[in-house]
Amino acid sequence: MSSVAASSLSDSSAAPKTPRPVLQLVDVRKVFDGFAAVDGISLDIEEGEFVTIVGPSGSGKTTLLRMLAGLESPSGGYITLRGELINDVPSNRRPTCLVFQSLALFPHMTVGDNIEFPLRVRKMAPEERRRRALELMAKVRLPEDYYAKNVMLCSGGEKQRVALARAFAYDPDVLFFDEPLSALDYKLKKLLEKELKDLHRESGKTFVYITHSLEEAMVMSDRIGVMRAGKVVQIGTPEQIYSTPADRFVAEFFGEVNVVPIRRTEGGWLRRDGKPVAVAPGLSIDGDEASVVIRPEYMRFVTEEAGADNTLSGTIFNEYSLGSRLQYQIRSRTGRTFLVEVPRAAAWKGDGEVTIGWDAANAIVVGG
Amino acid sequence: MADGSLSAPAPKLTPGFRASLPVLFLLVAGFLAPLVTVAAYAFATPKSFDVFRSFTLQNFAAIFDPQNTVWTSFAWALALAFCCVAILLIVCYPIAFGLNKVFGKWSGLVSVLFVFPLFVSENVRLYGWVLFFIKNGVLDGALKWFGFSGGPELLYTPGITLFGMVYVYLPFMLFPMTLGIAMIPRDLVDAARDLGAGRMMIWREVELPLAMPGILIGALLTFVLAAGAVAEAKILGGQSVITITQDIEVAFTYAQNWPLGSALALILVLIVSGLALAAMARLDLDKILGKR
Repeated sequence: MSSVAASSLSDSSAAPKTPRPVLQLVDVRKVFDGFAAVDGISLDIEEGEFVTIVGPSGSGKTTLLRMLAGLESPSGGYITLRGELINDVPSNRRPTCLVFQSLALFPHMTVGDNIEFPLRVRKMAPEERRRRALELMAKVRLPEDYYAKNVMLCSGGEKQRVALARAFAYDPDVLFFDEPLSALDYKLKKLLEKELKDLHRESGKTFVYITHSLEEAMVMSDRIGVMRAGKVVQIGTPEQIYSTPADRFVAEFFGEVNVVPIRRTEGGWLRRDGKPVAVAPGLSIDGDEASVVIRPEYMRFVTEEAGADNTLSGTIFNEYSLGSRLQYQIRSRTGRTFLVEVPRAAAWKGDGEVTIGWDAANAIVVGG
Repeated sequence: MADGSLSAPAPKLTPGFRASLPVLFLLVAGFLAPLVTVAAYAFATPKSFDVFRSFTLQNFAAIFDPQNTVWTSFAWALALAFCCVAILLIVCYPIAFGLNKVFGKWSGLVSVLFVFPLFVSENVRLYGWVLFFIKNGVLDGALKWFGFSGGPELLYTPGITLFGMVYVYLPFMLFPMTLGIAMIPRDLVDAARDLGAGRMMIWREVELPLAMPGILIGALLTFVLAAGAVAEAKILGGQSVITITQDIEVAFTYAQNWPLGSALALILVLIVSGLALAAMARLDLDKILGKR
């Protein structure tokens, strides 16, 4: 353990700008009472990257973030920051800053005092502090007269901005975000997502963001890591995660999908109803069980004019309007529910008995 | 409807007001009436029972007479109360802090356990301490038995009076203080540390201000109780110091001078409530908790 730290330490001083990751996790784990909340995560985060970790609640993403911020110490593995082992460095000695889900603003202080807190820690002169705080307030688009305002009288969005300005006042190398936007209404959330992305670009700092919202992750991130039961299941660009999910869990986590379980036989892949399934060529799956994942927009109604590689028949039992698009819920003969999403112009005109299908090129086959 | 809106609305008892009547009655009869009576007695002819029929300032004149040494009783009572609160602040903070660390959200409940001694009469407990400290008592006797020269002469001093007060009023400081400290969100302490603050700065800038409501309430409660304490000075202190409550008691009982006792009581009420209000003015709950 010490040899790893020592060797990385010595060469970190040599090169000022290396392509080495700013934050490196090697087999990091955290065990609470025999339960592994974080179960061996290895991850490299590059300088200036916006990495989002998504996962359902209980997947260990908050624990992971708290370890990175120094609020929990790992039970195993290494966390290095610019090559320096920081496993046991307390949070107040780390050049990182966490924006809490609760925002953790100091309720007994004004907006200005909140933002200046990390500057007071550094014993910066009062005028200098004030100047810096006002600068940061402008950066996060808070009006100047909020400086003396009681922070608890601010609205939800304004509190976000105060928390952000306070984190920037600390001037950290890496900023961590623990679902700070989860409590806001949709419109404000969208606005702040964009602003956060802008701030990321302007500041050039490394952002590590966690959320359970796919949409948030897609909009802001350079890379997305998907966590499940303490492990990172897949990491990649939003595009990679969306179009080539590593497994059924990732596929299902990233929006509504249709899943068709398939089984390998001597004659090729078969569906549960015994029909053969057409899959894209070059498929390599370990094991004999797999799932075909089709997004609702790639599922369509099959007519005599327009066929499909794979078809199945069922009954429409629900129809939703998604604005410019329509979504149909169809129950198949085997009792499974399928989603078909079509443009409004292509609304289904026939009766409830339908045949739906998909093309092999638009489906993803995942193991399990 | 139209008629009703034109004429002045008839005075009507709202359900809320009617529901509050029993409590209002209790407060007026049980708290306000005795206070008014005491205040009235303070202006009655000395050594008489001419309440509400006479008005004189003679009682106050007697108290403020430079010859009168009753001010020492006031001084002792207030000084002991101040010292008691100061000691309790120092003693209780670490206990309350520890309770919160160990028991988390249950700490408030655990601190209630400290109230159990109150089930035994205060006088009985104080006599217990007398037996502990008295010559050939628990402490002195045990020390002699082990071959030492015996315990120190602690009983019947102002110091032991203060000790008794600290002992009796500890739960009244501990409980609100524990609740106060429990009100500090974990996240805020974590956030302060994450922003670089050290232990002392977190305590000074985050923990202390946020626990202040509980601490001030505890201080207020114990101060008011301690300023009116009488048993400790009598039983443990052996009347080595006379507190003002004892003077008031004597005026009402042996001296049969209710007007003088009432005047003394009124002055004590004014002093204590003045100090309490001054402390309350500093306690802006809205500002601390945010107006929500």
